[in-house]
Amino acid sequence: MVSRAERVTLSRSAARERRRARLGPLSGLSHVALIVWTVLVVVPIVWTFLASVKSEDEIFGSAWSLPATLRWDNWARAWAGAHVGLYMLNSVVVVALGTFGTMLLGSMAAYVLARYRFRGNRAIYLLFVSGLAFPVYLALTPLFFVVRNLGALPLVGPLIGLDTRGGLVLVYIAYSLPFTVFFLSAFFRTLPQAVAEAAFVDGASHSRVFFQIMLPMARPGVVSITIFNILGQWNQYQIPLVLLSGQAKDKWVLTQGIADISTAAGYDADWSALFAALSMAILPMLIVYTIFQRQIQAGLTTGSFK
Amino acid sequence: MADGRPRRPGRAGREGFVRARFITGFLAAPVLLYLVYVISPYAQAFSIAMTDWRGVSAAPRFVGLANFGRLLGDGVFWRAVGHNALLLVLLPLLTLAIALFFAFLLNAGGQGGGVAGVWGSGFYRVVFFFPQVLAVAIVAVLFQQVFRPDGSGMLNGPLIALGLEPVGFLSDPGVAFWSILAVLVWQAVGFYVVLFSAGMASIPREMFEAARIDGAGRVQLFARVTLPLLWETVQVGWIYLGIAALDVFALVWVMTAEHGGPDHSTTVMAAEVYRNAFQYFKFGYASAMGVVLFFFTVAFAVLALRLSRRERIEF
Repeated sequence: MVSRAERVTLSRSAARERRRARLGPLSGLSHVALIVWTVLVVVPIVWTFLASVKSEDEIFGSAWSLPATLRWDNWARAWAGAHVGLYMLNSVVVVALGTFGTMLLGSMAAYVLARYRFRGNRAIYLLFVSGLAFPVYLALTPLFFVVRNLGALPLVGPLIGLDTRGGLVLVYIAYSLPFTVFFLSAFFRTLPQAVAEAAFVDGASHSRVFFQIMLPMARPGVVSITIFNILGQWNQYQIPLVLLSGQAKDKWVLTQGIADISTAAGYDADWSALFAALSMAILPMLIVYTIFQRQIQAGLTTGSFK
Repeated sequence: MADGRPRRPGRAGREGFVRARFITGFLAAPVLLYLVYVISPYAQAFSIAMTDWRGVSAAPRFVGLANFGRLLGDGVFWRAVGHNALLLVLLPLLTLAIALFFAFLLNAGGQGGGVAGVWGSGFYRVVFFFPQVLAVAIVAVLFQQVFRPDGSGMLNGPLIALGLEPVGFLSDPGVAFWSILAVLVWQAVGFYVVLFSAGMASIPREMFEAARIDGAGRVQLFARVTLPLLWETVQVGWIYLGIAALDVFALVWVMTAEHGGPDHSTTVMAAEVYRNAFQYFKFGYASAMGVVLFFFTVAFAVLALRLSRRERIEF
């Protein structure tokens, strides 16, 4: 208990001073290992940023030369000419709608499955959870035809068929449900019943209790699963590749677009635009992550511990 | 499983109706979406797998188990399965080992002989996590450039400048698979460092201090205190990475030559399903692959559940 008392009395800065003063040789070795990995992570990214402002000759001259002048026109070419701006906007729209839909439908299903007893509850729960184990690609062929056939439906067809954002969003939601339902129902089960009971006595309806009491109480879980879903859906490549064909290039998401620019760079010989496009795809993610890193790290780890 | 509203006698019928309406209302949309987009494709895969369906407009003809027979002799498919199996072992092993090492350094590698974390651990955690927030397809394009075979490659540039032979990271069939594995590990480590750090932070400090007083060194601290107490988190990580290893697609499809090449040396199951369905338009054959892989995945899931039953240490 001495240590605890000691810790309380030490102010942060004093502790830091002491730590620095006592940096032993092993601690030095720890830093060497950690710095090596930092370099491994940072250098490819920095190298890409550097190449994005080089000229074609500089890129092919020597991999590590510094650019003579900063050629921001590479960025302009990638943004407008290679449509990176459009792809990014598409990704943002699809992921925003997809994540919102996933969280809404997923939390509703998880809540009912976690807190209401009725016939078939267990079966539905297991149906959802079994989806956790199976990668999307196992049923890729039939999925393509399901979406194609839905596109032939009257009225809604043109909104949810192949080559539509709506179809992509619905597929994202459906494939995010197993994970979302599994973790959120575990979360809902841990919530106390007393508050909900009091609300019921006051005459609140079932759905009101859910939206105004239980959902806010489950906030840490909801935030964490939301982050997982945003990262997961942003990451998607195979599903959009199947559902958004070359005829719907204006609807392509960023991963698809960048991969396509990479293939095209070989033919067009515009490698500097490729590096600029890559930098544009990387930079916003790093900025958003750095701003929210505390919440993201905390959110992701609570999700895994539940 | 506490139920919602307390029941009042005499109003049970009305209550029951309201309750049933609520349950149905909340479940209808998610279950419908799930049945249409997830369950029905899996179910259809089995019937499509028994047809010779080729081409979007052609009419499928029933051929029984012929596709499965052909699959047995398909060398490329089995190479893909072998690569996934290898990834299933190596990806978790390498990632978890590296992540545990760094998490231990960050949390217990500092002064005081292994009780405190190193200075700047917050900074390292942030940087190590960077690759995790990038989409795999983007990382694939990035490393395509890093691995370029000539002087313009990030790695080969310096090698050539030093007068050494350039390495065919993606062009040498003997090397390409290991390049894929390296990128997968590069991207995954950060998440597990953060995961394990959180796990280690929840271990009471007194445990480390007690072990220290008993004369435990750094290695012993790790092996006797940290690892056993973290075992459950390690298992969670193992299952996540196992799923990731079976799911590899974007990296192989985007980064490698010929989508899984050179000479099929990096191809994976997801790439073969995609290639057969959407490049060769052999829908029946691709579905048969899906069905076989479905059973492999079930086997993996059962195995993972079996192996993960180990006594939990309470603290």
